[in-house]
Amino acid sequence: MWSLFHKFGSPPWLYRLSGSILRWLLPITVIALVAGAVWGVLFTPPDFRQGNSYRIIYIHVPAAVVALAGYYVMAIAGAVSLIWRMKMADVAMRACAPIGAALTFIALVTGSIWGKPTWGTWWVWDARITSMLILFFLYLGVVALYEAYENKELAAKACAVLSLVGTVNIPIIYKSVDWWYSLHQPASIKFTGGTTIDPSMLYPLLLMIVAFYALFTCALLLNMRAEILQREQRTAWVRRLAAAGESD
Amino acid sequence: MGAQPTPGGLLLEAEGLGLERGGRQLFSGIDLRVGQGDLVQIEGANGAGKTSLLRILAGLSRYGFSGAVSRHAPQLFLGHHSAVKGLLTPRENLAWHIAGEAEFSADEIDQALAAVGLYGYEDVPSHALSAGQHRRVNLARLYLSRAPLWLLDEPFTAIDRSGVADLEARLALHLAGGGSVLLTSHQLVAVPHPLLRLDLATGLLQ
Amino acid sequence: MRVAGSAAFCARLLRRQLVLGLRRPVEIGNPLLFFAMVIALFPLGLGPAPDTLAAFAPGILWIVALLSNLLTSEGVFRSDFEDGSLEQLLLAPQPLYLSVLAYVLAQWLLTGFLLGLLSPLFALMLGLETGAIPALASSLLLGTAVLSLVGGIGAALTVGLRRGGMLISLLILPFYMPVLIFGSGAVQAALAGAPAGPYLALLGAMLCLAVALAPFAIAAGLRISVDA
Repeated sequence: MWSLFHKFGSPPWLYRLSGSILRWLLPITVIALVAGAVWGVLFTPPDFRQGNSYRIIYIHVPAAVVALAGYYVMAIAGAVSLIWRMKMADVAMRACAPIGAALTFIALVTGSIWGKPTWGTWWVWDARITSMLILFFLYLGVVALYEAYENKELAAKACAVLSLVGTVNIPIIYKSVDWWYSLHQPASIKFTGGTTIDPSMLYPLLLMIVAFYALFTCALLLNMRAEILQREQRTAWVRRLAAAGESD
Repeated sequence: MGAQPTPGGLLLEAEGLGLERGGRQLFSGIDLRVGQGDLVQIEGANGAGKTSLLRILAGLSRYGFSGAVSRHAPQLFLGHHSAVKGLLTPRENLAWHIAGEAEFSADEIDQALAAVGLYGYEDVPSHALSAGQHRRVNLARLYLSRAPLWLLDEPFTAIDRSGVADLEARLALHLAGGGSVLLTSHQLVAVPHPLLRLDLATGLLQ
Repeated sequence: MRVAGSAAFCARLLRRQLVLGLRRPVEIGNPLLFFAMVIALFPLGLGPAPDTLAAFAPGILWIVALLSNLLTSEGVFRSDFEDGSLEQLLLAPQPLYLSVLAYVLAQWLLTGFLLGLLSPLFALMLGLETGAIPALASSLLLGTAVLSLVGGIGAALTVGLRRGGMLISLLILPFYMPVLIFGSGAVQAALAGAPAGPYLALLGAMLCLAVALAPFAIAAGLRISVDA
C-alpha cells in the first residue's frame, strides 16, 4: 500500500500508468458520450410540460454534478500535496481547476439556454444556477491565485489551502443559497426539487453522468501528462521519450 | 522549538540540503552539524543561496528544498528586515516583540538598548530613527535573548564601525558561554574564536 | 525575564496591534468614511425616494459593510510582512493559531466592531425602520467577525504577492456570500416583524466554525507567503 503510494509520486511511473489508462478509457468515454446523447435526444419521450427543450439536461445536469465533484477531487489532491508534499498531487490539483471551471461554465451556459424556453429569460437567479455561478467563481479564484505566484510549488500549496477552505464552505454556500431562494422564491417559478423523473428519461441521464465522470478523468490525465512533461523536460526519461517519439 | 540539546551538545543538524531555483541548482549535498560553541560562517558569491540556506535552517522555508533539518534548541533568527515598527518606540518594540520569546523587564530592555548605543532613544518613535538605528534596535535582541543558537543574516550591514566592534564582542561572549552562531557575511568576522567556513559552492565545512 | 505563556503572549500581541492601530487614527476612520460615502452613492443612483431606499436598506448596508471589510482585511498582515515581523511571528515558540486569532481580533475591533456600533446612524440615513436597527447592529457585529476571519485567509494567501488587492476580492467574496445572505436576512426578518433570532443564531454558528477553522488556514497561508 505504502509503496504504491510512493509510486504515485514518481513522474515516469504516473506518466506510463496514465498512458495505459487513457488507451482504453478514451474510447469508452467517446462511446458513452455518443450513446448517451443519442439515447437522450432520439429515444426518450418529450416532457409533457416542457416538450423537447428539457433534453438539455443530458448535458446540463452531468456537467453540474461533475463540476462539483471536481472541486472535491481538487481539494483532496491539495490535501495530499500539503500533508505528504507529493509533487504529483500538485500537478493533479493544478490540472483540476481549469477543467472544473470549464464544466461549471458549460452547466451555466446550458442552464441559461434551458431557461429561455422554460422561464422566458436567459438568466434567472435560481438557487441551482446561483450556486453554480459561485462555484465558477471559486474555480476561477484558484486559477487566479495559482497564476499570481511566481514560485509554482508555493502556488500549488496556496491553492491547496484555498480549495480546502472551499470544501468547508461549499456546503454552507449551497445550503444558504437554497434557503435564500426558498425565502425569496416567486410563486410562479417553482421548479427545483420534488419533481419525479420517469425511468425512461433517467437511464440516459445516468449514462451521461458516468460519461462525464469519464470525460473529467480523461481531461485530468491528459492535462497532468502535459504538465509532467513540462516539469520534467530536463530529465533523462523525458529526453528518451522525445528521442523515441513515442506518445506513452 | 523548545527542545533540549542532544547529549552530544548538538543544536542543529542538517543533512543533504539542496536547493533548486528556476531550474538552476544553487547548492546541493550540504551537511551541517552545529554544536555548542560553534561559529559557522556561510560563504558564497551573490545569489549563491546564503540567505536561502539560512531560512531553510531556521524553518522559514519549508517547501522546495531537498534534505532534512533537525533543530534541537531554541534559536534566534535575525533576517534582512529589522521587524521594527515605526509607530512603536524602541522600548515598545522590544517589550512587545512579536518573536514572543519571553517577557522582559523595563530594566533589561533599557540595558539592552544602551548596549547597542541607543541610550536616550528609548522613547523616540522608531520612524524618527535611521535605518542603522533600526538595525541596532533589532540587534538589541541579542542582549535579551537566551536562545543558544543564533542565525544571523548579514548582521554587519548598515551599522557603523563601533557598532561592528560591539557586535563582535557580543558574539564572542555568546560563544564563550557555550552558545553557537551561524551567520552569513561578506566581510571577515573578527571574533577571537575558531571559525568554521561553509562554502556553498563545494559544500565543504572547514 | 520570564518565559511568556501563550495567553500572555496573545494579550501582548493584541495590545501591540491595537496600539499600532490607534497611533494611526486615520486608518481607523477610513473604512467608516468609506462606508458613509458608499451609502451616499445609493440615493444618488437609486433616487431619493424614501420608500425605495428603505426597502433596499438591509441589502445596501450589508453589502457596503462587506466591501469595507474586504478593503481592510487586505492589509491585516501587509506591514508586518514587509518589515519582517511576520517571519519572527512564525518562528516564535508560541501557538500560531492563537497569535493569528489575536491579529484578527484586533482587526475586527478596529473595523467591524466600530462599524456595528455606528451602523444605526447609517441606517437612519437610508430610512431603515427603527425597529430593525437592533437586528442590523447585532447581525453586523456577529457577521463582520466572520468576515474578518475569512478575509484573513485571503490576506494571508496574498500578502506576499505584489498586486494582492484585486486578487483577494476574487478569492474571498464567494466565501462572504453566506454571511451576506443571513446578515441581510436578519434585518429583513426584523423589518417584516419576524424574529431575527434564528438568523443571528446561524451567524453565530458560522462564527464558531470560522473561529475553529479559519486560524489554521490563515496560519498555513502565512507560512506559504513567508516562504516565497
